[in-house]
Amino acid sequence: MKTTRLLFYFALAAAGLNTPVLAQGTIKIGELNSYKAQPAFLDPYKKGIELAVEEINAKGGVLGKKIEVISRDDGANPGEAVRVAEELITREGVAMLTGTFLSHIGLAVTNFAGQKKVFFLAAEPLTDKITWADGNKYTFRLRASTYMQTAMLMPAAVAAHAKRWALVYPNFEYGQAAAAAFKTLMKKAQPDVQFVTEQAPPLGKIDAGAVAQAIDDAKPDAIFNVEFGGDLAKFVREGNTRGIFKNRTVVSLLSGEPEYLDPLKDEAPVGWIVTGYPWNKIDTPAHKAFLAAYQKKFNDYPRLGSVVGYVTIKSLAAGIAKAGSTDTEKLVAAFKGLKVDSPFGPFSYRASDHQATMGAFVGKIALENGKGTMVDFKYVDGASVLPSDAEVKKLRPAGAN
Amino acid sequence: MTLNAFLFQALNGLSSASGLFLIAAGLSLIFGVTRIVNIAHGSLYMLGTYIAYSFATKIGGGLGFWGGIIATAIVVGMLGALIEFLLLRRIYRAPELFQLLATFALVLIINDAALYIWGPEDLLGPRAPGLRGAVEIFGRRLPSYDLFLIFVGPAVLLALYFALARTRFGRLVRAATQDREMVGALGVNQAILFTSVFALGAALAGLGGALQVAREPANLATDLIAIGDAFVVVVVGGMGSIAGAYLAAVIIAEVKALCIGIGVVHFGMFSVNFSKFTLVAEFLVMAVVLIARPYGLLGRPQAAVRSVAEPEDPIRPATPLLKALAAVVLALLLCLPLLAQNSPYLLILGIDVLIAVLFATSLHFIMGPGGMHSFGHSAYFGLGAYGAALLVKWLAAPMGVALIAAPIVALGGALLFGWFAVRLSGVYLAMLTLAFAQIVWAAVFQWEELTGGSNGVIGVWPPPPFDKASVYFLLALVLTVIGVLLLRRFLFAPFGYAMRAGRDSALRAEAIGIDVKRVHWLAFAVAGCVCGVAGGLFAFAKGSISPETISVGRSIDGLVMVLLGGIQTITGPIVGASVFATLQDMVMRQTEYWRALLGAIILFLVLAFPQGIVGAVAQLFGKRRKGQTP
Repeated sequence: MKTTRLLFYFALAAAGLNTPVLAQGTIKIGELNSYKAQPAFLDPYKKGIELAVEEINAKGGVLGKKIEVISRDDGANPGEAVRVAEELITREGVAMLTGTFLSHIGLAVTNFAGQKKVFFLAAEPLTDKITWADGNKYTFRLRASTYMQTAMLMPAAVAAHAKRWALVYPNFEYGQAAAAAFKTLMKKAQPDVQFVTEQAPPLGKIDAGAVAQAIDDAKPDAIFNVEFGGDLAKFVREGNTRGIFKNRTVVSLLSGEPEYLDPLKDEAPVGWIVTGYPWNKIDTPAHKAFLAAYQKKFNDYPRLGSVVGYVTIKSLAAGIAKAGSTDTEKLVAAFKGLKVDSPFGPFSYRASDHQATMGAFVGKIALENGKGTMVDFKYVDGASVLPSDAEVKKLRPAGAN
Repeated sequence: MTLNAFLFQALNGLSSASGLFLIAAGLSLIFGVTRIVNIAHGSLYMLGTYIAYSFATKIGGGLGFWGGIIATAIVVGMLGALIEFLLLRRIYRAPELFQLLATFALVLIINDAALYIWGPEDLLGPRAPGLRGAVEIFGRRLPSYDLFLIFVGPAVLLALYFALARTRFGRLVRAATQDREMVGALGVNQAILFTSVFALGAALAGLGGALQVAREPANLATDLIAIGDAFVVVVVGGMGSIAGAYLAAVIIAEVKALCIGIGVVHFGMFSVNFSKFTLVAEFLVMAVVLIARPYGLLGRPQAAVRSVAEPEDPIRPATPLLKALAAVVLALLLCLPLLAQNSPYLLILGIDVLIAVLFATSLHFIMGPGGMHSFGHSAYFGLGAYGAALLVKWLAAPMGVALIAAPIVALGGALLFGWFAVRLSGVYLAMLTLAFAQIVWAAVFQWEELTGGSNGVIGVWPPPPFDKASVYFLLALVLTVIGVLLLRRFLFAPFGYAMRAGRDSALRAEAIGIDVKRVHWLAFAVAGCVCGVAGGLFAFAKGSISPETISVGRSIDGLVMVLLGGIQTITGPIVGASVFATLQDMVMRQTEYWRALLGAIILFLVLAFPQGIVGAVAQLFGKRRKGQTP
């Protein structure tokens, strides 16, 4: 009798080991990202996640449960990302997915989420397709998309009254989409605009001297730049030495983000009009609280990645609280119109295209104490640059809502 | 584009060429003498930039910068000597190419080490003291540092030339490049020679990296970019030819600068953006050069290398024990869907392992018994995957049709590329296959209307009942078993014997009437065809594919799997693929520094099993048998 009972307990224990989902006390969030391929952005991003988790759990978690984020590297490869996503769901038993950085990986996971009916909050990938052409019911996106970031820069681009524009962008989805959006918006706003050259060097392999020279030879009045990271640093240094930015308006995506601006140090290109994150100059109470908490925990200043990681988790917590459960369908319903408080102020997830309205800061690059920073900046609300609900309805596939 | 603009872009090209040349020269030297394909050469280059950055910022000033560059070259050279002394020396007697596995592990370890030491952020070094500004040429401003670089390349070229032509060390290096056994037989201490050549090559890579510190930020992705470029330059110039390396570097850099300079051109209705061709320019140059001049621009036919490894045993049909073992494994796999009901992830991992097995086995078919070391096997994987996915996307083909089309598309590609590739041998063949893979990759990447460009194709999901992991697993199992058995059958058919005869002695095989080129060409096609099945399976397993399916990384993964299992055994690739795929899954889950961990495990396997895992097991059994019957 005793042995049978013992065996029974063993069987139970064994079954428990094999059943992933039944951890009672926590809500598991599966997170995947290209940590090894994009460390400059994703290292701070991970810290942002840690901070958010700590804050939420210190207040007792969500729905009375602690949250737990299980992070994985996706190998910067869509095929690998899908495997990792399946692993998170089937082995770790996570209730929802989040993360991704590169556009094509975000798209692959978006498609996976639609197929497997899993909730997915895309954190950073910028391509418009995630919420528009390839959007689906189960996918939401936090970060302001390529279209939004470009649209934010349009007033400044139009104000430059430049007729001849040169474009330089990395040759993959993000760069191509940004260039296409810029050209469309620019032609609409200023019909006589000319695009005198387009340089599309491969990502990570810009031949900066030759590219800078080719732009200069095209004699543009203004330059639209989409390069970032190491490519941006090379391009800026060559361009500065060769004097190609002199007397030209430069409008540039993301270059005001500390991830990309800080490595330039005293060579930050003064006068460029950029989207970014002037972390030490935002004096809203929400941001000050975030900054203080972040600096206290990590003894380092936040980058934009930190904000993205932090707000991703805060969004999920808010969504779960509103849904009152981690059930996928309920989460999808809860995220439609979900209001979230972020260090940048309150924003919401649009019901029409699942895009968050969290905005970005637009300003000019300046040098202060030998370091690049942003001046004359203002916060542009994402909602103000997004197309109307009726317009995006046409962009999304049928049945995506 | 005006003449002045054109000439100025040519100057830009020359300054880029110097950087390319420095890293390529070291790689060429190392390969010439030691026959090691040093994948970690790009990592040494990357370390060069990081170390020079530290010198330039910590010490600062002219001393920190210029002195730092010299010091960096010395430090990286010493590191190279250390690598040779501690690691590579232990595995010179392993089968050909096996050292590649060790250097691959080093790539992983060095990258994580750099992340640990210098952190994730890009580090842009200071401008060069004394050469901060620009000089005016052709009405344009050329950075004076670029002007300096233009002269560095030829200066190093001259120095190397004299060192090789006039010194005793140089004579030994040249002699060893031509016939290293003879050099050994004449009483030259090979150990010291190899170590010093490796150190010199590493120092050149370090110098090349260090010189870039004023031009570009130290970045963790540099290692793979640099090694890709370096291989191309070395092969275009001709393996072992230093002058050839410089010539090739200049040609490639000039072609790129020209593409950038031309920019967008309108041909009536069409407009072509030439700057996008920089993606593939070097590989197009390489393919053209290798087809026209099989040994590179200034290279000479590779001297025959008498293998230093143990001679390979002839392959034998499976023993009853092995057959029984295979039957048990197969039965277990068939039951896996039942056994894995409580842990469904096992099936998903299982599908990945099966695809890897099929991929590795098809690569091994031409690499091992065929003796053709393909560095571009991902091309046929990608062609299969894209063939299947595009049929689904554009013609809404059912999965069955798409899976049949996958090997056919891959076969077409393999027939075309194989026809050129089998005309070469050794490392030139390897590089031509790599070039073809890169060209396929670039075509897929660039041809957005058809292939979806960098996004690839999404929404390629299997229909019911295959949408269940268990059913799809069984499908993958059936196709993999058929593929593996088919390849095995080929090996034991007259065709397989002819293929091996062609590998072991092309001359004798020709003499008894075997058309070696034709046999190898067909073998190449068969391998590509089977690999296409793996690609098709992959597309439906992931629901999406992207250009990464064709990337160099996947080709290298394939090489690692084959070498890990043991290139001289037929079951090697199966074991190697299973071990590697499972390892990757486990390691990526466990730790933040998973790359270093994976590298360390591979290093351990390399040192413990220099014949590959299966090779080591076979040797163990072989010894025991010999021991029993003295």
